[in-house]
Amino acid sequence: MSGVALDLLLQAIPVGFVMFVVLNFGGLLTWVERKQSAIMQDRIGANRASIFGIRILGLLHPLADAVKMLTKEDFTPAHADRLMFKLAPFVSVFFGLTAFASIPFGDTLQIMGREIQLQAVTLNVGILYVLAMISLGVYGLMMAGWASANNYALLGGQRAAALMISAEIAIGASIMGVVMVYGSLNMQDIARGQGQPLLPQLFGNWIPAWGLLTQPVAFVLFLTAGIASTKRIPFDTPEGESEIIGYFVEYSGMKFGMFAMGDFLETVVIAGMTTALFLGGWQVPYLQPSGFVFPWGAAIPLPNPAVAGLQVVAFLTKVVVMIWLLMLIRWTLPRFRYDQAMRLGWLALFPLSIVNILVTALVLLAVGKA
Amino acid sequence: MPASYQTDNTPADPRHSSRLGLRQRFYVVEVLVGLALTAQHFFANMWRHTLRVVFRSKTARGAVTIQYPDERRPYSPRLRSLHRLVRREDGSPRCVACMMCETVCPAHCIYIVATEHPNPEIEKVPERFDIDLGKCVFCGYCVEACPEDAIRMDTGILEFSAYDRRSMIYTKETLLALEPARPGGGPTSPVPIPPSRRPV
Repeated sequence: MSGVALDLLLQAIPVGFVMFVVLNFGGLLTWVERKQSAIMQDRIGANRASIFGIRILGLLHPLADAVKMLTKEDFTPAHADRLMFKLAPFVSVFFGLTAFASIPFGDTLQIMGREIQLQAVTLNVGILYVLAMISLGVYGLMMAGWASANNYALLGGQRAAALMISAEIAIGASIMGVVMVYGSLNMQDIARGQGQPLLPQLFGNWIPAWGLLTQPVAFVLFLTAGIASTKRIPFDTPEGESEIIGYFVEYSGMKFGMFAMGDFLETVVIAGMTTALFLGGWQVPYLQPSGFVFPWGAAIPLPNPAVAGLQVVAFLTKVVVMIWLLMLIRWTLPRFRYDQAMRLGWLALFPLSIVNILVTALVLLAVGKA
Repeated sequence: MPASYQTDNTPADPRHSSRLGLRQRFYVVEVLVGLALTAQHFFANMWRHTLRVVFRSKTARGAVTIQYPDERRPYSPRLRSLHRLVRREDGSPRCVACMMCETVCPAHCIYIVATEHPNPEIEKVPERFDIDLGKCVFCGYCVEACPEDAIRMDTGILEFSAYDRRSMIYTKETLLALEPARPGGGPTSPVPIPPSRRPV
């Protein structure tokens, strides 16, 4: 095999891994949503779908859903803008899928004398890329709202746009603090920075400098704004079932399913972003590229593939925990009214994140890192 | 204007007030309190599910769900379920066709045709005894009114839906064949599936 083809093949590994993980997480989240909400509410949850009597805890329900949605009538309203109407769900899912590309899920893997970055796309401006993809996702919703030729859908699309703007600003502004602390827009650099010890003069090598510890306020702000950008309860104003059905009111079958899928993918992306920026990314505590180096002096050397494997497992575990937390929030809090969501975004999250930037800058100046 | 005109909506207990205090307005603390509550339920139920599935505990239940029709909760002994006609020792109905139940029935769902009984000591016997369960309101007046204790509503059978009204009419033979329920309320005799629900 020629060198170029091998390079391409090796580069396809992380890309394929990201695609596989994100798509499957998106599909599994329908199951997680049903089961976790059921367990939180002392219920059992959907467990009846079976193949030859095998139920495996209701895991076949996503499959049954897909079959149901694919066999339903694919309805297009008479006055709809047909092209835009059909394009909208694909736009929504596409940006949800691509947003994960620059989130690193491991350090470097050495195979056959080559170094593979465990990241689908290595970008110097990875954070901006993810932000851009999350923001572009709202175009699908606006297209759906406009193309449906339905007033409620239009209102939903408009609300989605307004919510996205107010959430995006808070997301961007709260991330700035993290960017300032770790001094890079490259998400791989930020993940590596979180492996450094926090305040070594004070704690020695005991505590890694995860974003959660260096930027706790930004964590809360980012999480809140991130939940808002997924358009799920408590920020489900664009698709509030109880008032306007929202931008997908005219959609049926798998197109509706794709909008629901888009929401789940955004949940995965927000969980991945939170992990990468605040929970140390792929960092395992005390795991260095050469193996475990414990602060009390012990060391366990590990080969590179084992280190990379541990990092990937750690990243996925953190993402799962974050998804659990997002689901917990979604099934705990009541929904905001439209004006309350706007008020929270513009009058609480945005000013607080600006204050966070200022305080971070002052602290960095004081400790002489800037 | 009446003197007791209410100008203030504040209830006595501040927890029920619609006016939010500083802590509620700050929101984050209250959110954490709510999340702690639901997370507590989540972990407690997960633990009980683990006990039941992994450690085969019989008593641990992670959910209050009763998976009807696989599981049923015990019925009350007073439950009024599908009627049955009580039999004599020779298998003939104990009913003497006195028409009390037909008369008392508020829904007019009982239809009796009386005939002579071969035994001269017994006055009459129903030739037909039909109950239209599509009309029945399960008030139990027929059981109360019966002087012979010939009709009871203790079969424990509750699932006798049908696809058409005619199938909801139960005849004397069907009602005579039914048995009383078990102590837990579960039916002992097979559910008389109406003709419209039988596979063709």
